[in-house]
Amino acid sequence: MKIHEYQAKALMADRGIAVPKGRVAMTVDEAVAAVRPLIEDSGNPVVVVKSQIHAGGRGKGRFKEHPDVGGVNVVTDGISGGIEAAEERVRELATKMLGSTLVTIQTGEEGKEVNRLYIEQGIDIATELYLSVLLDRATSRNIVMASTEGGTEIEVVAAETPEKILKVEIDPAFGLLPFQARRIAYDLGFEGAAFKNGVKFLDALTKAAVELDTDLVEINPLVITTDGDVMALDGKMAFDANALFRHPDVAALRDVTEEDAAELEAKEFDLSFIKLDGEIGCMVNGAGLAMATMDIIKTVGGEPANFLDVGGGAEKEQIAAAFKIITKDPNVKGIFVNIFGGIMRCDIIAEGVIAAVEEVGLSVPLVVRLEGTNVELGKQLLDESGLDLVSATDMKDGAQKILELTR
Amino acid sequence: MSVLVGKDTKVLVQGMGKTGRFHTDKAIAYGTNMVGAVHPSRAGQVEVFEGETDHSGVDGREDTYRVEVPIFRTVEEAVAATGADASVVYVPPPFAADAIMEAADAGVPLIICVTEGIPIADMVKAKRYLEDKNVRLVGPNCPGVITPKQCKIGIMPGYIHTPGKIGVVSRSGTLTYEAVHQLTLNGLGQTTAIGIGGDPVNGTNFVDALTAFNDDPATEGVLMIGEIGGTAEEDAAAWITANMTKPVAAFIAGTTAPAGKRMGHAGAIISGGKGTAAAKIEALEAAGVVMAPTPTDMGTAMMEAMAK
Repeated sequence: MKIHEYQAKALMADRGIAVPKGRVAMTVDEAVAAVRPLIEDSGNPVVVVKSQIHAGGRGKGRFKEHPDVGGVNVVTDGISGGIEAAEERVRELATKMLGSTLVTIQTGEEGKEVNRLYIEQGIDIATELYLSVLLDRATSRNIVMASTEGGTEIEVVAAETPEKILKVEIDPAFGLLPFQARRIAYDLGFEGAAFKNGVKFLDALTKAAVELDTDLVEINPLVITTDGDVMALDGKMAFDANALFRHPDVAALRDVTEEDAAELEAKEFDLSFIKLDGEIGCMVNGAGLAMATMDIIKTVGGEPANFLDVGGGAEKEQIAAAFKIITKDPNVKGIFVNIFGGIMRCDIIAEGVIAAVEEVGLSVPLVVRLEGTNVELGKQLLDESGLDLVSATDMKDGAQKILELTR
Repeated sequence: MSVLVGKDTKVLVQGMGKTGRFHTDKAIAYGTNMVGAVHPSRAGQVEVFEGETDHSGVDGREDTYRVEVPIFRTVEEAVAATGADASVVYVPPPFAADAIMEAADAGVPLIICVTEGIPIADMVKAKRYLEDKNVRLVGPNCPGVITPKQCKIGIMPGYIHTPGKIGVVSRSGTLTYEAVHQLTLNGLGQTTAIGIGGDPVNGTNFVDALTAFNDDPATEGVLMIGEIGGTAEEDAAAWITANMTKPVAAFIAGTTAPAGKRMGHAGAIISGGKGTAAAKIEALEAAGVVMAPTPTDMGTAMMEAMAK
């Protein structure tokens, strides 16, 4: 699960990780009201207005409605014009940003509507670095990944200058040991007060990652200020969805407006669903088979409209819900149901399909491939239902048939 | 011959809830020797299983069965009383890693965890705990392990399997069924089928399974089924090049999966350009593995690999 930058920074601040002071704003007035206390408190006349969306690349992003405005804006009007000038500029920016669509390299062309802004104090930056804590699947342990190349996407650094990435393994029995933190700080070039602050930052950050069950904590850039402070200038956190049951406070930070409506609806029925851009809807049991079904549609020349795994123990109601979610997508020109019944019985699938079609109707061709437990009974139920569907003998046959019917 | 499990394997169940009971019953019907269960609050009781024998399983049994499975407080007590040498975990996700560690502490040499949805941090800890212990973990989030006509541990349908020459190892449940079914239809059959699970942190990996099959005299070839995410398939390709003496065929799911999205399995995600199907297919092909272009072709690809 992803959260917004301002939420991640609040979680960090609570755990002793240094972050700039800031205030979230849902309205233009709230944005303007944030300026005075921030400037008076920090003594720095500069503030930053940051779009809050669940996608990266905001700094280089542009608004569709206002191509002259970026996703992140540094307001320097306060330096010569005082607080009022800063407030005026923030009002102007917030008016354009709120409710507008931000397009970044991660949002795709359609962009994302900005409904929250984060107004932050300006920071006098001496050095920008990169720091993250994430799972290394090869060793089944968390690692600290650090680099002197702050502000650049780590994937780019990894591709171009991999020698500049430092990785340190965290033993789950001990956590990040002090000598490991010192070594990272030395390697990143921390000195004096910044060294002490950097070691403290690393200790607090790795502890927070474990305590909060994060999939990823990424600080890019991590900055050393001209005063030797070490701070998270940006902060990204993603959480292990399987561990949210022990973090109700984190679960409450979910912003459903950032998520796909159909994917959310699917979640309510314990279905695993991902929307894609193609025309052939798929309903499959098992994640691997669901992926392979998308692949085979592509192999025969079609485009899958979705990934949908109804799971190993789906009931009739879930099958019906899955069917409804697929048919809601206006791009869907045909549906391919591909089931290998193990625990899931083919007759249950058949009953679910019949019930769903009776309830929502069927305006597109339907191809069903059933195999496995109770397959004969399942086929018989479908035959007797009088539904207008085509049976397939195997996956490839099914994929070819649905493609022909949608062409 | 077979790997991991056979007709003499004595199996414990950890987690005798609705799911655990259902699959224990199916395993007994197949002929698996289920010797005990662990449930802290129901110790001393006996769970009774009765029904019609699944004749696709172990041969030479009556048409009906009645088996009493004793319940113990701890794995340690269960092992002491039954001599169990395998355990299957159906414990719910928040407590499953603890169940794995308890079984490891009791010295159960084979622990098969079916549970899906265990927090990653719990599995990181559990793997650390298992490091210096001589036990093998299969899973979590896997269908289990089956040696046809001998022993079925897990949630796979027994009847699609048939004894034969091919070792099957897979990250996906239903794709394993698909593969096994094809190997049954084309007459190759299976020695053992191992589901290693779809989680990013798991016990047995492809290399472990390939090693076991390579050493098993009855196994003549291996069919492996991978998917996007991580580099386990690339590691397997390197191992095959260096060590494998038997033919290998493979299928990789997720060629069309978009980057950054978890495709159902917690471990099935392309992140930072790593873990793509294309990279895995390329590595396996370079290792001389016969790739099935679609899942319908897995059985044929295995035939082709055997004929080479």
